[in-house]
Amino acid sequence: MTREAVVEPVLPEGWELVVGCEVHCELATATKLFCGCRNGFGDEPNRNTCPVCLGLPGSLPVLNEAAVAFAMQLGRALGSTVRGSVFARKNYFYPDMPKDYQITQYDQPTNVDGFLELPTGARVTIERAHIEEDTGKSTHVGGSGRIHDASYSLVDYNRAGVPLVEIVSAPDIHTIDDAKAYVAELRAILVTIGVSDAKMEEGSMRVDANVSVRPAGSDELRTRCEVKNINSIRSLGRAIEYEARRHIDLYNSGQAPRQETRHWDEANGRSTSGRSKEDSEDYRYFEEPDLLPLDATADEIAAIDDAMPPLPAGRRRLLTDAGVDAASAVILVDRGHDHFAAETIRVGGEAALVARHLVHNLPDGPGEVDPAALAALVEMESTGALSSTQAKTVLAELAASGGEPSAVAAAHGFEAMDTGELEGILDDLIAAHPDEWTRFVEGDRKVQGFFVGQIMAATKGQADGKVVNQLMQARLAG
Amino acid sequence: MIGILPAMSSPISRDDVAHVARLARLELSSDELDRFTDQLGAILEHAADVEALDVTDIEPMHHPVPMSNVMRPDVVVPSLDRDEVLAQAPAAEAGQFRVPPVLGEA
Repeated sequence: MTREAVVEPVLPEGWELVVGCEVHCELATATKLFCGCRNGFGDEPNRNTCPVCLGLPGSLPVLNEAAVAFAMQLGRALGSTVRGSVFARKNYFYPDMPKDYQITQYDQPTNVDGFLELPTGARVTIERAHIEEDTGKSTHVGGSGRIHDASYSLVDYNRAGVPLVEIVSAPDIHTIDDAKAYVAELRAILVTIGVSDAKMEEGSMRVDANVSVRPAGSDELRTRCEVKNINSIRSLGRAIEYEARRHIDLYNSGQAPRQETRHWDEANGRSTSGRSKEDSEDYRYFEEPDLLPLDATADEIAAIDDAMPPLPAGRRRLLTDAGVDAASAVILVDRGHDHFAAETIRVGGEAALVARHLVHNLPDGPGEVDPAALAALVEMESTGALSSTQAKTVLAELAASGGEPSAVAAAHGFEAMDTGELEGILDDLIAAHPDEWTRFVEGDRKVQGFFVGQIMAATKGQADGKVVNQLMQARLAG
Repeated sequence: MIGILPAMSSPISRDDVAHVARLARLELSSDELDRFTDQLGAILEHAADVEALDVTDIEPMHHPVPMSNVMRPDVVVPSLDRDEVLAQAPAAEAGQFRVPPVLGEA
């Protein structure tokens, strides 16, 4: 998921945004959390059910060891303390939860006190990342398809009991960009360590945003609303902005928001009131008597740390330390092209050019180019043997069918323009455009582009713009 | 509404019982509310006796079975036959359980 470069929407002056996120991610196990039914997205409805996940009387849950291992790995990747934990029952009635309670972790979750450092520089505290089971999936039939005027609902229990980790941040997020960066970073970590496919569009990663506002400079926490049904990172930004503006409008008109769950309506760009939080919050949690506590030993945690792959923040740092700019590093790591970039720089490719080619000219990856070939191409470009336009053409061919950059360049007839030849063309241009040249000599740098463009046209793009600029500067100095 | 005020000594009010009953989707008559308020009060009083003990140095016990980390390998086992499962439901449609419309979201 590439992070978009967008302009941060600005909230009315005098107000500060306060956001905390709850992110549910489905773990990529083969089976459900408490039974051996298949954990698979897109299967035919109700093909993956058994007495445990249907909540039939007399059935008992047995914990999936892979789900616990994944949750602990995720905890460590988020810098959390991983510790002994206990499961609890959260009691409420809803047809997508056939037991009438959800098994989750309450006051003793597996992971506590983590944090995430964002590419934006913000640091977000992660209060907890706990294990719980997913619910089934309801489809509302009749009316508009929304719950309030459905005439009945259909329930598929394939998802009931699928293992989830819920990652709860502190209300540490104060800009929409940081909220989006937080979710993008979580997703990058989940994918890197391989514990979830983290697809927001398929619901394997779901984001709820707790939004409130406060007067800028204050540290109070005002009434928050929990916005659900956010299906993309873009939608997260829109939902937060809408909600914050709604709160500000209420305060400005002498009213106040009430604490509630709200439903984001992407098509209409607004949120609508769901249920009030006031009395449905009473979930009567108690420890799950059918499951035993979990321990986490120091040895287990050390083994997880030893096996941890390089995480996105470290991978970005590797690139920026090698000379890549921060924005390109974010894109390269998001796309998983950072290893290739680092390797190309290691074998001699100039960092800025390597990053530019990978970011702009190879968005789908290097294809048939290997790091040595890209490094060689970049070398030809930086010595002026190829213009940047020529380098791009050669690169496209290398990506499609491999080969040596020098051979491909020669096959295209790309040879460095002889400087003498360029000097001649420049002489002709100066003679043809004396007024423009005078302006250039008098310090009008805008006309420089005119001359470079003319030379490019005269040489059909074979000239190297950098060399032309140098020639023109040399004439000034002379 | 003087009649429904709990006795001063009761650790749970009649309103508390009504609230818990509503959460559990139980409809209780007025007599039942009175009776359960007394009974639950007695249970809570017993718990209060335990609460009075000094347990400073005693580790909390989460489970009467002194074991932890009881888990199974992540291996798929066959699920139930869908027709058999749906045959147990009051109504089914398109391979799914058909339920009355739900008011209020979870």
